[in-house]
Amino acid sequence: MVKKLLKDFKNGLWRENPIIVLVIGMCPTLAVTNTVENGLAMGIATSFVLLSSEIVISMFKKYIPNNVRIPSFILIIATFVTFTDYFLKAFFPDIAASLSLFIPLIVVNCLILGRQEAFASKNPTHRAIADALGMGLGFTWVLVLLSAVREFFGMGSIFGFELLGSWYEPMVIMVLPAGAFITLGILVGLMNVIKRRGN
Amino acid sequence: MEELRVVILVFISTVLINNFILVKFLGICPFLGVSKQVETAFSMGMATTFVMTLTAAATWLINTYILEALNLPFLRYVSFIIVIASLVQFVEMFIKKSSPVLYKALGIFLPLITTNCAILGLALLIPLNGYNFITSVVFGLGAGIGFTLAIVLMAGLRERLEFSDVPKTLQGVPITLIIAGLMAMAFMGFSGLISI
Repeated sequence: MVKKLLKDFKNGLWRENPIIVLVIGMCPTLAVTNTVENGLAMGIATSFVLLSSEIVISMFKKYIPNNVRIPSFILIIATFVTFTDYFLKAFFPDIAASLSLFIPLIVVNCLILGRQEAFASKNPTHRAIADALGMGLGFTWVLVLLSAVREFFGMGSIFGFELLGSWYEPMVIMVLPAGAFITLGILVGLMNVIKRRGN
Repeated sequence: MEELRVVILVFISTVLINNFILVKFLGICPFLGVSKQVETAFSMGMATTFVMTLTAAATWLINTYILEALNLPFLRYVSFIIVIASLVQFVEMFIKKSSPVLYKALGIFLPLITTNCAILGLALLIPLNGYNFITSVVFGLGAGIGFTLAIVLMAGLRERLEFSDVPKTLQGVPITLIIAGLMAMAFMGFSGLISI
């Protein structure tokens, strides 16, 4: 039992990692990873929505008619996103302002809808919780890694702390859109190398 | 005249300077998923443009006359997503009737337009930018054409990529992302073209 839950949890961390293996949920991944703070906040917000909607959907899966399941899932997700949005605006206005459009866009993050369809609507609640935690954490660590690389090269700092002195000429391209694409491309390539070595 | 000037500027800036895919990161999933062939990419772009223009008009009306008039901004995300889902359903039925070949080619990506963040992003950007009705529709059209432009260019590059010798590590997703990065750099050249 515990072993099975652990397996569901570990699935999202590496073997079926949403970003580097399944390549879903790309828009927030690329858009908000210009600083570590933004990347971490986005990861936590997405994980929260994923966890709460997986719990609700796995509990009510028997009552959701099969034909209208996708619209029902989206409505449940949209409700939790509205909640998250208002929560962030009330308690963390700075983060809400810098993530702006990408908080409401969690509604259409393929990762969340994909997990409802592939996992929560077929499995009991405790397994859905393990899956949501694993996937959420798997999403968050890639976001944090990506934003750390971009912030380090683009601004010479991590989490806003100046790491490199004034001698460092920041590579502005890294915090711009082009840098996001290139960094993620190289990161996925590196993961491919690690995976091949592992086999 | 002033009105017309604003509309033209909004159009040009949405297509080139603030391109939805390459500058705003909206709609990356279809951009990576449906950009293997120029022909399919073009049809996908057209379908998305159609949905975007209708979405811009529909959500502007709903936002102005229902949500803002009745002071219900917290229903914005829920109501917008329902409008988009119904419009996509409508487009799907229309394509199925008018062109079964195209319907087959687009396959799973047609219903997935609903979860294309470019569409919801567009609907949410309109109240944020405070556009009027005409400008909103032009903004939707411009966003769709910008999307089509980026996805068709990408498909053209990827068709060429088939014949080139890509290192094994970078094959597939990584090289596509790096190409997108280079395209984003090229599009940066448009910034400063016009200012509103």
